[in-house]
Amino acid sequence: MPTVDARGLSCPEPVLRTRRALDAGVFPIEVLLDSATQRENVRRTAEQVGCRVEVVEVGDEYRLTLHR
Amino acid sequence: MRDQLNRFFASRWGIISAGLVIGVLAPVLQKLGNPGNMGVCVACFERDIAGALGLHRAAPVQYLRPEIIGFVLGSLVAAYLFKEFRARAGSAPIVRFLLGGFAMIGALAFLGCPWRASLRLAGGDLNALLGIAGLVVGIGIGTVFLKNGYTLGRATKTYPLVGWVMPALMVGLLVLLLVKPVFSEGGPIFFSAKGPGSLAAPVAISLAVGLLVGFLAQRTRFCTMGAVRDVILMRDFHLLSGVLALLAAAFVTNLALGQFNPGFTGQPIAHSSHLWNFLGMTLAGLAFALAGGCPGRQLFLSGEGDGDAAVFVLGMITGAAFAHNFALAGAADTVTDGVVKVGGLTPYGMGAVLLGLVVCLIIGATMRERLPKLDTMEELSHADR
Repeated sequence: MPTVDARGLSCPEPVLRTRRALDAGVFPIEVLLDSATQRENVRRTAEQVGCRVEVVEVGDEYRLTLHR
Repeated sequence: MRDQLNRFFASRWGIISAGLVIGVLAPVLQKLGNPGNMGVCVACFERDIAGALGLHRAAPVQYLRPEIIGFVLGSLVAAYLFKEFRARAGSAPIVRFLLGGFAMIGALAFLGCPWRASLRLAGGDLNALLGIAGLVVGIGIGTVFLKNGYTLGRATKTYPLVGWVMPALMVGLLVLLLVKPVFSEGGPIFFSAKGPGSLAAPVAISLAVGLLVGFLAQRTRFCTMGAVRDVILMRDFHLLSGVLALLAAAFVTNLALGQFNPGFTGQPIAHSSHLWNFLGMTLAGLAFALAGGCPGRQLFLSGEGDGDAAVFVLGMITGAAFAHNFALAGAADTVTDGVVKVGGLTPYGMGAVLLGLVVCLIIGATMRERLPKLDTMEELSHADR
């Protein structure tokens, strides 16, 4: 599964990296994040292009799985 | 309950409501005493704080602005209530400091941050159009760098104390504001006797508005720079809807309060030196884009534990000290016997803005991470880990 590790990156890098993965079109995509702001931003971006987004909280971090 | 609130704050209506609240309250603060078209201005108010502490000696712009204190502490409260306080730091702090300094020099060339640019426009000051145009161009240049892999690198989780430094500093400023100590004869804390620094709404009201705005902005991620950046970069209008709400609400509130005076001349704390209004905000916009947030956003981030945003804020305060000590800040237009004398920048101010642009371009062009090609996603996976 393609993974985007965007932990520790600031706006708008997590979204830009997620969009690159979305453009590549290999699903599902795993996105690792460590802030609620980025979780919302990535979720919004993925949902805008019709993805279903699954969020799992792991300690202080988030693992998002984007399904087509 | 918390989930419902979270969904609202993250929604389009959430960000619009934050913009509306700021747009109404800023002109009200002006009515209650804050300077003209400066109900709230993050750059100007941080500059006033630098002056109050004696970091610069421009007598008309010295005051410990409670709004700034409220922004950080309101964000801190929101972050704790919603379990989002995360102490983090380590993403090129010295570069962020530099970006903060030059952002302030650019903003003070224009005489305002993006918030004040909107409020100036909403009050009829058409010079703001040049500033906003500059801001868009500066952010546009920033997006080119972002598309080419620009990054300040990763922040990492750190001790909670690191995230508490900025809120603690703000509590310290609040104590100084309330106690008003004089540390030596003729020394700080300075409070302007005349000029913009002497114009202020009552402390309790300013602080309350600051806390409310800090809370709302932390929840909704309100950001004026991000608003423009996201539209240019991704055709995403989420954040922009908040800024447009601010602009519309401030316009209507100014009309209602009799504070709308359209024109280029005779505007409060503004100059009509068009080129430098434009270039000053080009510099500020570029610096904000490279640092990932407008000055307000940097305050809110510093309240939720972001040590790098805190360094940017300290860079801005230092930049304000340089701007006034070295005569880099814009001088307002003056009207004597009906004759307008156009203000603007000294040659030093012009040089500083150009130097800032060069420094930001170097930062944007050299701090790049090469991202792997898209056709091999496994590669992306490894390289990104």
